[in-house]
Amino acid sequence: MNYFPDEVLEHVFDFVASHRDRNAVSLVCRLWHRVERLSRQRVFVGNCYALSPEILIARFPGLKSLTLKGKPHFADFNLVPHDWGGYVQPWIEALSNSRIGLEELRLKRMVVSDESLELLSRSLANFKSLVLVSCEGFTTVGLAAIAANCRFLRELDLQENEIDDHSGHWLSCFPDSCTSLISLNFACLKGEINLAALERLVARSPNLRSLRLNRAVPLETLQNILMRAPQLVDLGTGSYIHDPDSETYNKLKHTILKCKSIRNLSGFLEVAPRCLPAIYPICLNLTSLNLSYAAGIHGSELVKLIRRCAKLQRLWILDCIGDKGLEVVASTCKELQELRVFPSDVLGVGHAAVTENGLVAISAGCPKLHSLLYFCQQMTNAALIVVAKNCPNFIRFRLCILEPTKPDPVTMQPLDDGFGAIVQSCKHLRRLSLSGLLTDRVFLYIGMYAEQLEMLSVAFAGDSDKGMLYVLNGCKKLRKLEIRDCPYGDKALLTDVGKYETMRSLWMSSCEVTLGGCKTLAKEMPRLNVEIINEHDQMEIGSEEQRVEKMYLYRTLVGPRKDAPEFVWTL
Amino acid sequence: MSSPLLRAVEGEQSDVSLVASSPTVDSSQNGSGLKERNYMGLSDCSSVDSSAVSSLSVEKNNNLNLKATELRLGLPGSQSPGRSSLNTGKLDEKPLFPLLPSKEGIYSSIQKNVVSGNKRGFSDTMDVKNSVYTAGNWMFNSASESESPQSVEQGKFSGNSGMNVVPSSRPSGAQSSIMKEFPGNLLQEHHRATIGTSHNHKTASNNNNSAPAPKAQVVGWPPIRSFRKNSLATTSKNNDEVDGKPGPGALFVKVSMDGAPYQRKVDLRLYATYQELSTALEKMFSCFTIGQCGSRGAPGKEMMSESKLRDLLHGSEYVLTYEDKDRDWMLVGDVPWEMFIDSCKRLKIMKGSDAIGLAPRAMEKSSNRI
Repeated sequence: MNYFPDEVLEHVFDFVASHRDRNAVSLVCRLWHRVERLSRQRVFVGNCYALSPEILIARFPGLKSLTLKGKPHFADFNLVPHDWGGYVQPWIEALSNSRIGLEELRLKRMVVSDESLELLSRSLANFKSLVLVSCEGFTTVGLAAIAANCRFLRELDLQENEIDDHSGHWLSCFPDSCTSLISLNFACLKGEINLAALERLVARSPNLRSLRLNRAVPLETLQNILMRAPQLVDLGTGSYIHDPDSETYNKLKHTILKCKSIRNLSGFLEVAPRCLPAIYPICLNLTSLNLSYAAGIHGSELVKLIRRCAKLQRLWILDCIGDKGLEVVASTCKELQELRVFPSDVLGVGHAAVTENGLVAISAGCPKLHSLLYFCQQMTNAALIVVAKNCPNFIRFRLCILEPTKPDPVTMQPLDDGFGAIVQSCKHLRRLSLSGLLTDRVFLYIGMYAEQLEMLSVAFAGDSDKGMLYVLNGCKKLRKLEIRDCPYGDKALLTDVGKYETMRSLWMSSCEVTLGGCKTLAKEMPRLNVEIINEHDQMEIGSEEQRVEKMYLYRTLVGPRKDAPEFVWTL
Repeated sequence: MSSPLLRAVEGEQSDVSLVASSPTVDSSQNGSGLKERNYMGLSDCSSVDSSAVSSLSVEKNNNLNLKATELRLGLPGSQSPGRSSLNTGKLDEKPLFPLLPSKEGIYSSIQKNVVSGNKRGFSDTMDVKNSVYTAGNWMFNSASESESPQSVEQGKFSGNSGMNVVPSSRPSGAQSSIMKEFPGNLLQEHHRATIGTSHNHKTASNNNNSAPAPKAQVVGWPPIRSFRKNSLATTSKNNDEVDGKPGPGALFVKVSMDGAPYQRKVDLRLYATYQELSTALEKMFSCFTIGQCGSRGAPGKEMMSESKLRDLLHGSEYVLTYEDKDRDWMLVGDVPWEMFIDSCKRLKIMKGSDAIGLAPRAMEKSSNRI
């Protein structure tokens, strides 16, 4: 291959799309490294503190699309204090000062300020796509800047962000000349929206394929929008409430018949179930259905709807569907690949309406299932063994029994054998979340069998350091390990310190690791940032035996971060 | 669900006589129809604006709010005298802490009991079978983001035991457990602490709680994004308003405090009264004022000095305020609880000196709304 000119190499590399493959390509030799980096357009940074913007910009001058992740995953569940970090501002500043013509920015769990959005919109002339997932720190003022200044904007996708709503007028900031929108998702906005501006925007966006509305958009507007955009592929309704005997509803029924392209349906943040029949005609075409925010649709209506969705590949629902409802899913949705069942009682200490029976039914009826997130009341080993047998193709298996440390209710045994069956059978398993009563044995199984495992989430499990050690020793591809409330201490932490440089990050909270142990680790591994989140405002010098409440460590090229707040100590 | 139970007790007359034992409440007994708002926590408070407070619709709530909004910061796990009695009256459950004479020793021992170094005591963690849910477990629910010492220590559940076990039955230094309906020994076998603490064994045998303990809630569990939690709360509230039922779900708002290094979040739906909220916040933020929270030190290691504790309990330098939908800062406690939940966007614990002058605006606003 060395005899080929660079252009040929580059052309070949064009066919190498995945990040991992391109990373591998860049390690072959200096030549390939150079060709690869100069031609690379898409970069994924799993931990924004693993490197600096300058390093990124220097290496990939042709960068067009950047994905950045900030806070650790457990920040989603309020385990990371506010102000921990994850600011995008330095990245945007660096990019705007460079010659990089960034076109796409995808952020997850980062702090984004209005200032950052404004800077982005003004300095990146070719900016086309902004995707923010689970971010915070900005308001509709920032959105207005994006709308007003990004002349070629194609995508504005806001998923589950905490956004302060100052006014709905940001939508009016899209200039009349903006006709390039392909995807607009503002479902997570809580405030009012200028409906007329929205309708005009849709009318002048012939390429619009994906539109997800927020709660403030009523059914009348939905009707008007669908009239103008029957080409939509992805629709998220806003407030879906009306009088089913009304003229508006009738019109909607007819309009929807024309929307033959809709494949993804979501929303129904507010819903009048009697209006659901309007969408029945499109159900047969649906490949993705997200009703996980539709608390207003009760079990029987859910079932009626799902019976019509024979082609569904992805389904997100609330557990009010019940085991019986899941049986209907199993008999109807033979193409199902991804299922998420969320608890409708979000306080979590109540009753989940699904049990192991629902899962078993799904596994029997949906052999293509490969991704699962399942919140349930209980689980048995027997059920997990059956599931493992029925569905050997799991890539993601996340099971959350609502009651921590709950054993198998039939045998009163821990769930070691059940999860053991899962890891043994599912040879491609990459992500696993455990729950229920578990001993060290389950980790022995995981270490033995879960060869492809990349991410493991553990809570309230295990008896001793051995559990964690089994995993660290056995799972060669482990990248992210997050542990809470487990009895793992310094011995588990320190036995194989080199392992952590092969991983992205390790989170341990409410475990038994001590300050002394963390200090030792930090000393031995200078290329790790070992951060202690210290909420008591005091960590006395000399109290090495003191247990550390929260520790987050990650590999990094750039040493301790400079934006750490007072309560975060990098050892 | 907490909401039906707790909303039912909204607007009940508080038993003011029980509260009267506290010196700071004396001002409410003047019987002149003017209810002094004791924001400063002093009995001769500068609540000159109290005259603005006595609008009829909130008069009933005043009796509650007077005490409830007084943000008095004590040890985490401690209960100011007088509060527990209100709890008893309102929630119809065992008092969180029975009325005790204000002996510092008891408070610190309560604190230590709750905090003593029990880590992996799953056996003594939550009462998993209890079907009585109550927002009395605010210690955890409110600590959705926070790691106040109790919740941190017990891995989220067992601190609850601190709330529901009558202190007298609690051996010092040991963790009382709430074990219900679990084959008692099974869990202990599986969840021994590793590092030689004897606490789990102690606690395993410590099934001494006779009260039906409410289900405890764990910080960050179940693992659902708070955005989703909040969203379902609003959704079900709107839907249920149509049906006439109160809705479940969480309503997280940020709480910041002058001088604290970072903010916390609380779930407003877990409380039914201002008092509950303020007690929860006391616990959450007390570690900042005291400057030393009992972490896993042995009992007695971080004892509060007598005088310091007394100062905090009676000093009450802090005031609870909130930012409403119109982005104005108001004193907490002026409006009925439901209205407060609807309009509260953020909470802030301010130094009392900074909060003077907020009261009249608050009352004007709410009278404008009516």
